Parts: sequence; C-alpha cells; structure tokens
Amino acid sequence: MSTVATSTAGATSATRQPTTRKHDTPWRRRLPLLPALIFVIVLTQLPFAATLVVSFIHWNAYYPDDIAFAGVDNFVRVFTDVNARSAVIVTIVLTVAVVLISLVLGMAIAMLLDRRFGGRSVVRTLMIAPFLVVPIAAALLWKHALYNPEYGLFNGLLTLVLGKDAPQPDWVGAMPLPSLIIALVWQWTPFMMLILLAGLQSRPLDVVEAARIDGAGAWQIFVNMTLPHMRRYIELSVLLGSIYVVQNFDHVFTITGGASGSANLPFYIYQTFYTAQDYGRASAAGVVTVIGTLIIAMLALRTVFSMFKEESR
Amino acid sequence: MPTKNSPGSRAVVVCAAVSLLASGCTAGWGSTGGGADTLNVLMVNNPQMIDLSRLTSHFTQETGIRVSFTILPENDMRDLASQEFTSQAGTYDVASLSNFEIPIYGKAGWIAPLDDFITADPDFDQDDILKPMTQSLSADGHVFGEPFYGESSFLMYRKDLVEQEGLTMPEAPTWPEVADLAAQLDGVEPGMSGICLRGQVGWGQVFAPLTTVVNTFGGTWFSSAEPLSTVGMEAHVNSPPFVEAVNFYVDLVREHGQNGASQSGFVECMNNIVQGNSAMWYDATSAAGSLEAEGSPVRGKMGYAAAPVVETDSSGWLYTWAWGIQESSEKKDAAWKFISWASSKEYEQLVGEEVGWASVPAGKRASLYENPDYLEQAGSFAEAERDAINSTDPTDPGLQPRPAIGIQFVDIPEFPELGTQVSQDVSAAIAGRMSVQEALDRGQKLAEDIAERYEERAKQ
Repeated sequence: MSTVATSTAGATSATRQPTTRKHDTPWRRRLPLLPALIFVIVLTQLPFAATLVVSFIHWNAYYPDDIAFAGVDNFVRVFTDVNARSAVIVTIVLTVAVVLISLVLGMAIAMLLDRRFGGRSVVRTLMIAPFLVVPIAAALLWKHALYNPEYGLFNGLLTLVLGKDAPQPDWVGAMPLPSLIIALVWQWTPFMMLILLAGLQSRPLDVVEAARIDGAGAWQIFVNMTLPHMRRYIELSVLLGSIYVVQNFDHVFTITGGASGSANLPFYIYQTFYTAQDYGRASAAGVVTVIGTLIIAMLALRTVFSMFKEESR
Repeated sequence: MPTKNSPGSRAVVVCAAVSLLASGCTAGWGSTGGGADTLNVLMVNNPQMIDLSRLTSHFTQETGIRVSFTILPENDMRDLASQEFTSQAGTYDVASLSNFEIPIYGKAGWIAPLDDFITADPDFDQDDILKPMTQSLSADGHVFGEPFYGESSFLMYRKDLVEQEGLTMPEAPTWPEVADLAAQLDGVEPGMSGICLRGQVGWGQVFAPLTTVVNTFGGTWFSSAEPLSTVGMEAHVNSPPFVEAVNFYVDLVREHGQNGASQSGFVECMNNIVQGNSAMWYDATSAAGSLEAEGSPVRGKMGYAAAPVVETDSSGWLYTWAWGIQESSEKKDAAWKFISWASSKEYEQLVGEEVGWASVPAGKRASLYENPDYLEQAGSFAEAERDAINSTDPTDPGLQPRPAIGIQFVDIPEFPELGTQVSQDVSAAIAGRMSVQEALDRGQKLAEDIAERYEERAKQ
C-alpha cells in the first residue's frame, strides 16, 4: 500500500530531477523486499527487544505486585546461580563433544561415499535419514527403544550375547551426558557428512591423480591435498553445527530431564520460565544465550562470505 | 515445544514479548468456544476428567448450562493455568487445580472464595468431604476449592510372596522394618527387586515419596517461627534428619530397588509391580485401583499397609485435583453449579453406573466408602485408602512448624523450581554419581536464597 505511493513518488521525483536517478535505483530495487524486511524485523527483533527490556526487570508471575526495575540483578543471578553456571558448562561440553565427534565420523563417511560403488545413492539416502527424523521423536526413540534398562535394545543385546547373567547397566542414569552426546551425534553426523561430501566432490581430481603418479601415499594425499581443500567446508560445518547444538532442547528435556547435571542453557531457561515463572531471570539467561550464539554466528557468517569471495575470484 | 529451528530460548523470547503485549502467552490462543451462556473449563487430561467431559451432557440437560472444555496434559495445563490466573485473563471460569496451587492462588486473590456458595447449597454436603481435603484447599480461613478426586500414599506389597517366605507385614510398618522386608524379598522370584521407589527428576516425582520420608525422619525443607507463616523462615535441606532420610531412601533403592531407579517415576513402578519385577511399592493410593483392575496379573495378590513411619504417627501424603473458580470470571454462579455437580455424590453414582465403579473419582467423600457398589469393586484397598487420607494433617505433617501448608511439598511458588533442581542432584545420587551430602549442600544454598527473599519481602 505505502510502497505503491512511494514508488510513484519516486517516479515523479525521478522525472523532475533526472540527476538523482542513479541514487534511488538501488532503493527502487529494494522496495519490493521492504514488506518482507519489515515482517522479519517485527517477528524477530521486536521480541528480542522486549526480552532485553524484561531482562532488566524483576518480574515473577507469582508476585504481580512486585514488578520493578532490577538493573543488572537478573544477570548477576544468572552468573552466580549454581545451576546456571553448570548449564553454561554443560552447553559448552555438549556442543564441543557433539560437533567434534560428528565431524570426524561425518568426514570418514563422506570419504567412503565419495568413491564409486554399486548402490551408492541408496547408501547415501540411508546415511542422511537420521538427520530427517524429528528431534523429539529421535530423543524418545533413544530413551525408550535403546537406553531403557528394562526393555531397551542395548541391554537386550547384552543378554542375547552374554546370556542370562549379562550386566544390565542403567545407561542414562549412569552416564547422562555421554548418552545425550551419543544420541545427538547420531542425529548430526549426517549433516556434517552432507557438507563435507559436497566439499569432497568439488575437489579437482586430476591434481590428486598427478600426486598419486608422483608416488604420494593415501595418507599424504589426505593430509597435504584433501584437508587444505576441505578447510572451508570443515569450518562451515563446525560453525553451523555449533549454532544448532547450542540450542538443543529436545534431547535434554526428553532423555535426561536435566538430571545429574545434564541441563544445558535452553533447558535452564525453560525451567526458569515455566517452573519458577521468573520472567526476568529467564529473559536474562535468554539474552546471555543469544549473545553467545551471536558470537558463533558472526564467525560462521564470515566464513560463508569468505567462501563466496573465493568462489567469485 | 522448541524445535531445532526455534530454540527454547527463542520460544521464551517470543513468549516474554507476547506477554508484554497481551496478558499471558496463551490468553489470545485456543478457541474457548461457546457464547455468553457457556462455561469455559480448563482441565488436565487424566482419565477421570475425560469421563467428566463425556458425562457433562447430563449436567447440561439438568441446568441448561453448556460447558466448553480445554483439556491438556498436566505440564501444559499448569503452564497455561499459571499464565491465566496470575494475569486474571478471564478466559476460563473454572480450572482443575491441585492442592498445591489452590492455597497460593487463594491467598493472592486469583480464585474466588467458595464459602457463600457452600452455605447456600446444603445439598452439596461439605461435611461429607474428607476433612484433610477441605483443609488443604483452604487459605486464610476460606475454602477456595472443591476436590474432584484425591489420594494419599501407602505401602503396596505382594501378600502372596510375603506369606510364601514366612514373613509378616505389620499394619503400620516403620521404615527400618520395610527395609528389612525389602532385603528378604529381593530376588525371591528371578529378576525381582525387593521394593520400587521413584527416582525420577521432578518435584512431583522423586520428591513426592521422598519428602514424606524426610518428614517422618524429623526433617523439613523449611521451618518457621509460627505455623503456616513465612516469618522467620529457615532452610534445613542439609540438616542431619534431612540428610539421614535421603541417605536411607537412596541406599534402600540402590540396594534392593528396581533397575534404572534414577529414571523411574510413578508409571515405571506401576509396570514393575504389574509385571512382577518388584515385590513392594510405596506410592499413591490411587495406584491400587489399577493393580486391582480386571485383567491385572497381580489382582487379589496385593496387600496394603499404612505409609511407613519413623518419628511421626503417620506419613502419608495428600494430593487432590480440585476445582477453582477464577476471581475475574463473570459466571461464578454457573461455575459453582458445575463444580458442585462434578464433585457431588450424584456424579460418583453416575460414573459408577455409566463407566464402572473402578473409574469413580474417589478419595474425597466419606459417603463413597459406605457405598456397597464401590466396596464390591475396591474392597481390598478402600479402607486403607480412606484411613490414609484421614490420617494426614497437611497443616502439621512433621516435627516443627512449617511456613506453609502441605505434606509432600512446601506450598510456596518457589517450590517447584527448588524441588526440581534438588531432585536433579538426588536423582544423580541414586544413579551413584554424586554423594547425598553434596546434593543436599547444593540444595541448601538454593533454599537459603528463597528464605532470604522472604525475609526481604517481610521487611518491605
């Protein structure tokens, strides 16, 4: 509606002052995108601004008469609270472990799938499947079908192999973080593999052939030729993976319920918001998480842009 | 539900923002159907409520009042109810609330006092409601809720195995006696644990039975200078009786409890008993109905004893799903008509005839325990259930004055978070990953923070 008005206004001003035409052409091109831009700003930035405001307010739903400006109180509490601190550590451990293990596995699988063999496309599809499972469904599957000490597949296999007196470990209870990491690695390895496979397939193979003729071994080719070429792709998959895994909520909520020090930041925020009804502190924790994620995202975006630059060179 | 693309933090962000603009995240959502003459009811999706929604046509025929239900799983229902009532949005006239919420909401003026309705409606027969139920749904001398069904806790055990082993179960066992029996019954059948106790994270999971154990060992979360007042509140989460109680519970479940104890809640223990994987179970009286239902493999094999004690005379908990009327509702008279019907003797009779006596919302009226039809179905545990509820005293469940009403919980808004966070560490102790002392030392810090904030508020 307003865009029509401005564009006609732009047109008339352009006829009046032909000199300014150069100036407003970029804006003319952007005009059709404005509604989308405004929509995105309203949907993402306004809520964030509101959260910023709330994070400086003492606001607990149970005490509606006690709403007051809090200064940095909420942030202080986020950083001094035992559970918030442990949530930060858990988030870092979980993210680093999941991303690194998925990266190594994804790289290995990508190298295998890079070769030609019969049924390659079928295998590829199968390899991607875990990434397509809805996270909450995957988490439920791991919790009940695999980890459960009474009827889970793992303990069932132990009984099958070792007989009646096989040990029946309580997987999630005994090692909450590793069990989360394994379930998440299963989900994220295909994602890493996809990006890395794309990178491998863009490799100039004639150079590799030449190296092979010159007598380079497989390991030497991998270290000196494949890895340097793959650096950008590895960086990209690590950063994208980190952004996603930092935000993981489904697995923590479903598999461990935050037990035994396995609560990460998103789960801590959920608890503060819904269980404690403490909107101020939950918003402060949210802001801290967003800032942390932003730092990672900046790095990710810079990597992507530098990739495009290389492409266009 | 956050997904990979909309993280939990984003959901919170959006919700916080929306609640700035609208009153409460969900106030504008959900079709609360019907018009001005329709009552909007929010309730939890338990089987008893589902039956109620099906039988409400009888109520509409009698009164001409139409009822529109919003039925949600417990956690979602609680979230929505707290948003709704704290902001007094007025979307719902009636909600199913537990005896945890009702005194808090009543004191805050979010739900309407029912005294005048009760006096004006002698047919409802408030005196027939079990006394601890009325107590636990009251605050500041007013009744704020009417129970729909209720429960206490008791010890369920395999009578047949106890006899087979030549053991005896006292009618009112002590915890050390129960621990002995658990040791004797451990492994009497292949793969059978002596006892099943909850270990799952959550203030309403592991800490429901565990807080009753703490009470009877002489411990408490908080003490106060005067009963039911937050003046002089002190935290006692790592004081000796609390530590002793948790150590006892953790040792018992680690030595003679079920496999995967740190993940077991009510449902998992129920399955263990039904499938013959555990010989005893200390939990809600409402579980007995399922154990004695048609087709249950342990039907007729179970015995029921009072909740085990140490220092107190009784230790059963008290829990009820009840009805509260929102203060900002403009249909309070119609709302009372509905809740007095849903909590009436007539409704119990109706469920018995239409659905079956096993499905009756029990545990709230003395008269039900004299009803021959009900006793035929529930004879093996009805008396134990009624006595368990009647033996509770939600105002004084332990050895010291408490800041708030409640047996297996502390009735303050901060308790769900406190209980859940401490339960995360206790669950770790059950899994053998943390010492009980360490878990409770951390819990003490959290509890002290809460007590301090009450002190600050008292000074303001």
